[in-house]
Amino acid sequence: MSLKWTISDIFAMSDRNLIRYLRLPQLIVFSSIQPVMFLLLFAYVFGGAIKIPGVDYIDYLIPGIIVQTVIFGSMQTGVGLADDLMHGMIDRFRSLPMSRSAVLAGRTLADGIRNIFVIILMVIVGYLIGFQFQNGLGNAVGALLLALILGFAFSWIAATIGLMVKNTETAQVAGFIWVFPLIFASSLFVPVETMPNWLQAFAHVSPITVSVNAVRAMSLGGEIGEPLLKSLAWIAAILVVFIPLAVSRYRRSV
Amino acid sequence: MPAIEVKNLTKYYKTVKAIDGMDLEVPAGIIFGLLGPNGAGKTTLVRILTTLLKPTAGEAKVLGLDVAADAQALRSMIGLAGQYAAVDEHLTGRENLELVGKLYHLPNNDAKQRAVELLEQFDLMDAADRPAKTYSGGMRRRLDLAASLVAKPKVLFLDEPTTGLDPKSRIDLWKMIRQLVSKGTTVLLTTQHLEEADQLANQIAIINHGKIIDQGTPNELKSKFGTDILELDIVNPDQRQAAATAIAGLGISEPQVDPINGYIRLPIRGSTAILTEVIRRLDLAGIEVKDILQRRPTLDDVFLKLTGKHEPEVDNL
Repeated sequence: MSLKWTISDIFAMSDRNLIRYLRLPQLIVFSSIQPVMFLLLFAYVFGGAIKIPGVDYIDYLIPGIIVQTVIFGSMQTGVGLADDLMHGMIDRFRSLPMSRSAVLAGRTLADGIRNIFVIILMVIVGYLIGFQFQNGLGNAVGALLLALILGFAFSWIAATIGLMVKNTETAQVAGFIWVFPLIFASSLFVPVETMPNWLQAFAHVSPITVSVNAVRAMSLGGEIGEPLLKSLAWIAAILVVFIPLAVSRYRRSV
Repeated sequence: MPAIEVKNLTKYYKTVKAIDGMDLEVPAGIIFGLLGPNGAGKTTLVRILTTLLKPTAGEAKVLGLDVAADAQALRSMIGLAGQYAAVDEHLTGRENLELVGKLYHLPNNDAKQRAVELLEQFDLMDAADRPAKTYSGGMRRRLDLAASLVAKPKVLFLDEPTTGLDPKSRIDLWKMIRQLVSKGTTVLLTTQHLEEADQLANQIAIINHGKIIDQGTPNELKSKFGTDILELDIVNPDQRQAAATAIAGLGISEPQVDPINGYIRLPIRGSTAILTEVIRRLDLAGIEVKDILQRRPTLDDVFLKLTGKHEPEVDNL
């Protein structure tokens, strides 16, 4: 399979998946409602009780919410693939002389592009309730890009799960069951230092914590280098492990 | 060269044997029907022949290409319409076909043109720019079949193509499948419906427990395993038993009275002489006949003889 055809297949597949989002904008709207609810919940209900020295909670919160949004969004990759499996689409694609990896790459790419819109929406909502980037435009763009590629990496985990469970409902549950604790046991909503020691040990090294810290630093100021490197290391590790895993599940999917 | 050649093919799912040392040869240019109940191994065979599954042992070749070693080359020469209508319901009919064309690596314009040809051929032009989710079951099947034909495959695999269709859509689809073969495509079709195999297939293999248990043309199978049946309906229901007694000994086995519709059935070999004798004897016994007909054996009779079961769909009830 030449590179030219692989790329052409990936674009054909991502087009196909993006058309779904264009035809069903409510998919994006509804998948954004949950993060907006979290945003409002933490901004107005819990936020008053959370005091973080030197920073407004809204400013602290929005970078976290952006990461949460892309992670939740990326879980849809698994649901979409399970749906394709259930409806015989994967059989059709596997019987075509197309690139073996394009079905997965096209899907993760499309979900990444969808995440761009959701991130922009979250930034707009954030600005409406008082959030501001405070570290220059370049760093702000860098923060959003990091969130995007983190979401792309998590899409490959979701793809592996979706191809393993082969059922949309199960993929939905199997996606959230491990993401939820990962999201909460991190610096996403509150500083890790307020957690019990045993949880801190986990939260400090979590890919969510290091990524949120990097996104937050690029948005608001503070040390960028270390959390950014750790986050990129996590992203690279996830891609190195889960791309081959997902492709091999795809080849063997029945 | 035969279109499909299968030698001593075996497929295990973990410990379950889905295909059990199967041999099969399908000549080019015909509709070949693979008939068998659920779980007989039909879909597994189709999945192996379309490169979706690797065989555990044995050999399978399509158009002379090995399904495992030459999979990629083979994929551009075959088409598959599986058990589900595999169409993206958010894409329009046209977009579905153009997508498949692109994935077959047709140049963009060719993919577009081919989509239009197929939409016309399958009577979907009016619905071409509507999302497929607005299509009826029959339209989806037609679109699915159209998608499997985008690259003008030499061999087409249809796995239970009319499952879930109403009778009219089924007959429409049959007509379209026959047209394909008239243009030189070889079709391998699996079905649980005897009528479908009978209507469409030039040759039939009966498959059960992962093995081919017999094959031949529909007529060969029928005359090999079935006998003609004389069916009688008489005016006075009280005389049914008397009628059966009157004609006893004329057939190759004893006449039976159907407990449900009251028809008297007599298995026979040969015909006109027996027919005359049956009418003469009933007349002599003073039994008035409402209707009489001689029917050829159906594939159901064949299936019953070979597997000890009725037509599979009846079996599923």
